[in-house]
Amino acid sequence: MSPAIGLPHYLAVAAILFTIGVFGIFVNRRNIIVILMAIELILLAVNINLVAFSMFLHDVVGQVFAMFVLTVAAAEAAVGLAILVTFFRNRGDIAVDQANMMKG
Amino acid sequence: MDLQAIAFYVLSVVTIGAALMVVSARNPVHSVLFLITTFFMAAGLFVLLGAEFLAMLLVVVYVGAVAVLFLFVVMMLDVDFGSLRSGFVRYLPAGMAVAGVLLVETILVSSAVAERGAAAAAAGTPPPDVSNTEAIGRVLYTDYVYFFQAAGLVLLVAMIGAIVLTLRRRPGVKRQDISAQTARTPERGMVVVQVKTGEGIAE
Repeated sequence: MSPAIGLPHYLAVAAILFTIGVFGIFVNRRNIIVILMAIELILLAVNINLVAFSMFLHDVVGQVFAMFVLTVAAAEAAVGLAILVTFFRNRGDIAVDQANMMKG
Repeated sequence: MDLQAIAFYVLSVVTIGAALMVVSARNPVHSVLFLITTFFMAAGLFVLLGAEFLAMLLVVVYVGAVAVLFLFVVMMLDVDFGSLRSGFVRYLPAGMAVAGVLLVETILVSSAVAERGAAAAAAGTPPPDVSNTEAIGRVLYTDYVYFFQAAGLVLLVAMIGAIVLTLRRRPGVKRQDISAQTARTPERGMVVVQVKTGEGIAE
């Protein structure tokens, strides 16, 4: 591992990615597809954090946890998109600010 | 500046640029394509770190499955995406404020952790002399085997949930019923009638 690129560099990239994900949730409040993609970005940032710590601390458990995060992210995307498809069938659009009609 | 530093900066700049395009692109199809770019570049960062197995997993699972699922849904839903961006400018200041605070905080905390806590503890343990994939397998199938099974269960539940949510029985669709076909006998399937010469059969 080169001394030039250390743990702080990777943590900074992960922090910026996380921030972009949160920012995306804020600015795309009506478009749930982009919100789901922003959540994927946040989980990717978490994964980068886990893998960076795992490699720099020489502890492989971090990568095992990153795998579990990946699993949960895949499951979340599948169920989220299934709910989105159902919502679209019922309403004809995907504007989530009137999503409370799904209640009940 | 050595080759690894150049690779790191190129990969991270493209990752962050593509991530910004994901949340700000006008067309969601472009968002998905930029998401794929982000995942590829993050996989490159993982390779740079030495985690080849997770890099391959990221490409296979995210680019191969999740991003294609997103692309499929985006293209299948016939939505006016222009109207969905109506709040973009209105929420921009709040989003910028929250993002700015969050960015400063996370970078401060992570750099402090990296300087003082985690990096100092790294000195003692030498890296094991096995490949990355083998090292993960040795831990995953021994200490974390129950978590591994639970992850499989999560995927199973997600699969069943997605099928249950999207399955619908449409009325008026003719389907093949194989058991009804094979249970059909000549007695039930046809009627022998005596037809008089010169006359047809009335219903």
